[in-house]
Amino acid sequence: MAERYKLTQDALSALFEALAKDGRRILAPTDADGRTELNAVTSPDQVSKQYLQTILSAKETVFPKVERLLSYTTEGGKVDLKDAQPHALPTVLFGVRPCEAGAFKALDAVFNWDSRDKFFNARLEKLAIIGVSCTSADEACFCTSAGGGPGDTQGSDILLTPVQGGYLAEILTPRGEAIQALAPQFFQAGATEDKEAVLAKVEKAFDREALTAKLPGMFENPVWKQQSLRCIGCGACAFVCPTCVCFDIQEEADPKKGERLRLWDSCGFSLFTLHASGHNPREVQSARWRQRIYHKFAYYPERYQQYGCVGCGKCTRACPADMNLKEHLVEAAQAQ
Amino acid sequence: MCHCEDKNIYLPYLMRIAQVTQEAPGVKTFRLEFQNEEEGQKFEFKTGQFGLYSVFGEGESTFCIASSPTRKGYIECTFRESGRVTSALADKEVGDTIGFRGPYGNVFPLDAWKGKNLVFIAGGIALPPLRSVIWNCLDLRENFKDITVVYGARSVNDLVYKHELKEWEGRSDINLVCTVDPGGETPDWTGKVGFIPMVVEGLGLSAENTVAIVCGPPIMIKLTLPVLQKLGFPPENTYTTLENRMKCGLGKCGRCNTGSSYVCKDGPVYTLAQLNGLPAEY
Repeated sequence: MAERYKLTQDALSALFEALAKDGRRILAPTDADGRTELNAVTSPDQVSKQYLQTILSAKETVFPKVERLLSYTTEGGKVDLKDAQPHALPTVLFGVRPCEAGAFKALDAVFNWDSRDKFFNARLEKLAIIGVSCTSADEACFCTSAGGGPGDTQGSDILLTPVQGGYLAEILTPRGEAIQALAPQFFQAGATEDKEAVLAKVEKAFDREALTAKLPGMFENPVWKQQSLRCIGCGACAFVCPTCVCFDIQEEADPKKGERLRLWDSCGFSLFTLHASGHNPREVQSARWRQRIYHKFAYYPERYQQYGCVGCGKCTRACPADMNLKEHLVEAAQAQ
Repeated sequence: MCHCEDKNIYLPYLMRIAQVTQEAPGVKTFRLEFQNEEEGQKFEFKTGQFGLYSVFGEGESTFCIASSPTRKGYIECTFRESGRVTSALADKEVGDTIGFRGPYGNVFPLDAWKGKNLVFIAGGIALPPLRSVIWNCLDLRENFKDITVVYGARSVNDLVYKHELKEWEGRSDINLVCTVDPGGETPDWTGKVGFIPMVVEGLGLSAENTVAIVCGPPIMIKLTLPVLQKLGFPPENTYTTLENRMKCGLGKCGRCNTGSSYVCKDGPVYTLAQLNGLPAEY
């Protein structure tokens, strides 16, 4: 277990200043027109006081909505091709929840399992995560069924847990130690506060490994069709998801020059798998919904020995048709 | 850990169009040469592999490498105009520059086929992937026993590689059977008239020490596989290629999978035995 320190609210302000002086951008949940959004901040005062999670995930910090992969000019029929360099800023992600902090590992698995994606890597290399444990949860949360928990340390470089008069700080990685070293005087050793006592209670809803073992045998189960009847294929679940990584590559060009862009995409869209011939391997919404579940709970574990869902519940909160992923997974786990 | 040495895996080679052949209505073959000679010398691929071809200003499109790796110094692709990129590609001429990323995917296991009879069955625009492996096998002819090619198209005009079909017809070391759908024949057509599954059934093929390779539109594959099964071809000796939509070709963009199998990495070449273990999402 990492040694625990006490970090007072004032000390946190000083830490933010030290991070800024070190040339790092701080991104944190902020209140914006009633929504919680990730924005650049300079002081803990700007951080949202009462938030469960941000609406969008923090994956944008390493996998932006739009990434330029290359650019070119085509004047006079001559193609001049230019490699693109990701504009990666040294960044501290403050206040993300343990579920989301754990999601970067799933992104890393896809971007680097075979060939290495330099755009993702350039951003991840400059990212440090100061997570904050959850002291509350809602009905969409199911981290404890997804291998995590409200105070889970996986993925964070430093994990803070709110306690009386400030935070309990766990320094978890060399990146966390480097942050601590910027302002070591603010981290008081020998903290004795009880972390577990303040954490939110999230009941385990289903057995993830049992579901994974069951999925190969229930591809044709009617449950997928029943659940997907309300799905309108809007893709909101994928866009807010901290682990969804499926992308599109599109061209933006005029007759003289252009760029090739990588953009977020979703397996929920009917065009996602459509062939030029008109044939579509996942022709109906139920096949696309099933793909979403199987990708995260069957194919990820098989390919990468890890899961593609952290149980954050963002998709459930964002769904305009009120689909509840936790309930649907419970239902699948119980289906005959 | 710094990975500053990471290369941009999405950056294509620049290719010069060296030759354009109009194969059939809406179907063209490009011979492509590497603009950078050094890249061309380093480039290697095996039969069965594919790439992403790009028109700058329009985007990328996925199709197989249609030439044989035994023919060095260039690659060829054959495509039908059907979307934004292939239409723009069709407008390109000799001397123009396009992009190519690859080679991606797995390969036809020629080593495992040594000493066996080979039966290739192709429909329509699906001859290109088989053309690569057929030439590959013809160029290593001593490695294989009888080679049979069954090729069908909707009409005589729709047959691709007409000159090569003529060449194969004249060779004694390859048995070519061409067929066109009923109504697609011309007065001077000397080949067969009929759908591929029926033609295959009527050939009296023996499955003994024989590998079958089937490539074509989904309906043709669906109706031909049972025929092969009836003729006694075991699923382990029956091959096909899948052509799911792809954006990256690198196992990342997430759309080509059928079950946990990524067509871009674990495919495009599959045995029927492998396909039987996957959900039918192709």
